[in-house]
Amino acid sequence: MGDKADVWQGTLALMVLKTIEALGPLHGYGIARRIEQTSGNLLSLNYGTLYPALLKLEQEGCISSEWGVSENNRKAKFYKLTRAGRKQLEQETRNWEQATAILARFLAAGDPA
Amino acid sequence: MPNERRERDRAAEIDAHVQMHMDDNQRSGMTPDQARREAILKLGGIESAKQAYRDRSTIPLLENLWQDLRFAVRQLRKNLGFTCTAVFMLAVGICASVSIFAFVDAALIKPLPYQNADRLVAVFESVPLFPQSNLSYLDYLDWKKLNTVFRSLEVYQRTGFILNTPSGAQPSRGARVSDGFFRTLGVTSVLGRDFHAGDDLLAAPRTVLLSYAAWQKRYGGKPDVLGQAVMLDGAPNVIIGVLPPQFHFAPAEPAEFWATIHASSECDLRRSCHNLYGVAQLKDNVSGQTALANLKSIAKQLERQYPGSNRDQGAAVAPLTEVIVGDIRPILLVLLSGAGLLLLIASVNVASLLLVRSESRKREIAIRGALGASSARLMGQFIAEGLVLVATGSLIGLTAAYGAMQLLTNLISTDMLARMPYLQGLSLNVRVLAFAGVIALLAAVLFSLTPALHLGARMAMRQGLTEGSRGSAGNTWRRLGSKLVVLELATAVVLLGGAGLLGKSLYLLLHVDTGMQAGHLVTLWVVAPQSSYAKKEQAIALERQVVNRIASLPGVQSVAVSSEFPITSWGNTTWFRVLGRPWHGEHNEAPERDISPGYFTTLGAKLWRGRYFTEAEDGSKPRVVIINQTMARQFFPGEDPIGKHISGLSVPPVPVEIVGIVEDIKEGQLDTANRPVLYYPFNQEPGSEFIVVVRTSQAGQAVLPVLTAAIHQIDPGIVMPLGETMSDRINNSQAAYLHRSSAWLVGGFAALALLLGVVGLYGVVAYSVSQRTREIGVRMALGAQTGSVYRLVLTEAGRLTALGIVIGTVCSVVAATLMRGLLFGVRTWDVPTLGAVAAVLGVSALLASYLPARRAASVNPVEALRSE
Repeated sequence: MGDKADVWQGTLALMVLKTIEALGPLHGYGIARRIEQTSGNLLSLNYGTLYPALLKLEQEGCISSEWGVSENNRKAKFYKLTRAGRKQLEQETRNWEQATAILARFLAAGDPA
Repeated sequence: MPNERRERDRAAEIDAHVQMHMDDNQRSGMTPDQARREAILKLGGIESAKQAYRDRSTIPLLENLWQDLRFAVRQLRKNLGFTCTAVFMLAVGICASVSIFAFVDAALIKPLPYQNADRLVAVFESVPLFPQSNLSYLDYLDWKKLNTVFRSLEVYQRTGFILNTPSGAQPSRGARVSDGFFRTLGVTSVLGRDFHAGDDLLAAPRTVLLSYAAWQKRYGGKPDVLGQAVMLDGAPNVIIGVLPPQFHFAPAEPAEFWATIHASSECDLRRSCHNLYGVAQLKDNVSGQTALANLKSIAKQLERQYPGSNRDQGAAVAPLTEVIVGDIRPILLVLLSGAGLLLLIASVNVASLLLVRSESRKREIAIRGALGASSARLMGQFIAEGLVLVATGSLIGLTAAYGAMQLLTNLISTDMLARMPYLQGLSLNVRVLAFAGVIALLAAVLFSLTPALHLGARMAMRQGLTEGSRGSAGNTWRRLGSKLVVLELATAVVLLGGAGLLGKSLYLLLHVDTGMQAGHLVTLWVVAPQSSYAKKEQAIALERQVVNRIASLPGVQSVAVSSEFPITSWGNTTWFRVLGRPWHGEHNEAPERDISPGYFTTLGAKLWRGRYFTEAEDGSKPRVVIINQTMARQFFPGEDPIGKHISGLSVPPVPVEIVGIVEDIKEGQLDTANRPVLYYPFNQEPGSEFIVVVRTSQAGQAVLPVLTAAIHQIDPGIVMPLGETMSDRINNSQAAYLHRSSAWLVGGFAALALLLGVVGLYGVVAYSVSQRTREIGVRMALGAQTGSVYRLVLTEAGRLTALGIVIGTVCSVVAATLMRGLLFGVRTWDVPTLGAVAAVLGVSALLASYLPARRAASVNPVEALRSE
């Protein structure tokens, strides 16, 4: 089993990408809020860990950043999905769906037939 | 700085985040203070958020290096003494190597200015006396017709012309070539045209090509030179073109006028007279071996056809590059090796200095490591310092090399320079700079690795942070440093040994028994126009006039004439046979010299037996000859040659009586062995071109203009291309010149190497003493005398020196064996030279270690103990 932090980093990245895909270009604060919402407030996200994850995604070329103006007329850095990021998102989504499907069979097979 | 910009960016983003969170919080009813606190809490702390950002980000490698470089420069500026010494030594090593390499490049690496130079070969005939000898014109024509291996075969002859200008007759140098010569070399005229096929035949009009330098010098570089006629040897030659500026052909240089063969002289029309050299282009897929085999078979065929002239005339082929640079290659390689060794010593010295410095920085490095610097970062610091040192040293070294190249070129005599025209291309070109780059890179690697390896990351931390750890660390340095010093001393011994051997060779060369008294002797080359002096009587009359006129000049003790200078070559040969012995057509070949009766007395040569010629012995009297001792030994062993007869190879033979035997005169180069020589009377074998030899009562140089004036009075159409004293001729002869140059240069390297090596030794001993101050203090406190302290220091230094000398001597003998070909008259293990070198090094080392020893002995024991 992988380290909890690694898995968490991976899923965080996926959540960030999905959020940006769904809502369009968004700033860091907005992404954090949205992730909390989408998880039904079951996830308590340390906002501080978000920014290194955003930096990593930007370094990998999945997202690109640009300074813009938020809805409250505040300056904020907006992140949007690149084409490579879109492809990465599709790939990761497929991987996760496959993984959960396989695991589901194992867990279902545990029940006596 | 991009770093700061990024920091500001992230700080701004974090701030914006906190602001937006605060806004939301306030909208849900919190007070500004509560809103802010909650936002920061949720963020996990502003600073830690920023730090998380920083941790994730990677500063690019280049920025690290830039930081390190700036730090390195600051550090080096603080220790100016160390920096200047290191940079200076590096610059010296690089200057020497790069300047010598530039010469190597110009001579050996840079391609010759011909197309397909690797397909070009030099073509010779071959006889027992001269494995690579001239071709005769008729043989050349047959070889050209019959060979199957050459795309083209051409010939050339280096010659001089009497140039008739409005201001009088001048000597000029040039060459005669066959019509396809320049085409074979792949050279196209920069102005005008090349020779057409058939331009070298007697029937064709006389045409000539100008060298680029001649065009500039004599015609001002004006294009209207085409079609002008120039009077060469009394015949008008039409200028049809100008050769390109970068063209040169060393075997014929210096050459201003390139004329065609126009075979018309007596020698050209006689198959047995050999005066040409050949150049050919191999056909594709034909090797030199194949070509040689083909030519040998043709030579054999001609031998059968013309046994009188072609008996024993073989063939030889060699790559053209060999012929052009073959002589100078060994010397250049020796010089390059010498410069390389000097660079080695300089680098080792700098590495030692860096080691010493790294010792004193152990603490600093350990602290850095403890504070979290990775090994890579620490390594980066060393690399940066190495780079700065190497860069500065290289820059200064390259500038110095440029100057050195100019200096060395100016020191080469114009005569020598003309014979090595490829040196024109001497420059700091791409190849030379690449060589410098490679050296710099290797040096940088060496200087980065040395302190890094010495320190080693973890061990340094532990050791360096503890106080009083200097004792054990000093030991490591002493061991490594001493090994380096032994290497340096050994290298210095090799260079000193080389210089010593070369110097001794030069001395022996200059003191070779030339068979004459060279002091107060002047030689002058006299060339009279063929047109006026073609007949024998005319030539004899001219010679008499010249000798009488000069003999009457004040300060002239005696004057004589010969057909060739001494100290030239064993060429200008003739065939002979000894009468009264069975003969089956063998060709005995020996150099022939046609001399006036007073020649031997003027030269100061000793007559061993018999008599000199008399003035009356001319064409009307029986033929006579004087032979030299080598001839007597070789051809008349155990019998008296006087009274015996030799003859040429004509049938019936014309007997020539041997009337005298003279002790060997060095007609060839100083480093060649004596050969049998035939001396005929000038009056029986006259010529319009001869050498005048004059013995003067005062210094010879001043007499030359007087001689030239006197001869011009006889006939202003006579030119005198060369006049020099015999001592100059000996000192500037090819062998002596090359030996002298290499001895001086290697001597210079050796002196520098000795200096650097001794400085290195001083450094090691001084450092070792400083490390052992406490130990010495203890010893002295325990009652040791100053004498024993001296012994302590000097034995250590002595051990290193002895080791260095022993290793160096062995290597020196190996090196001498490798450059055996350059040595003259010295053995590779010449004991006096090696002994002298060992003594010089020993004494210098002793002096170098005396100073630290004295300092050690003057240590105050109380202070030494207290200082720790």
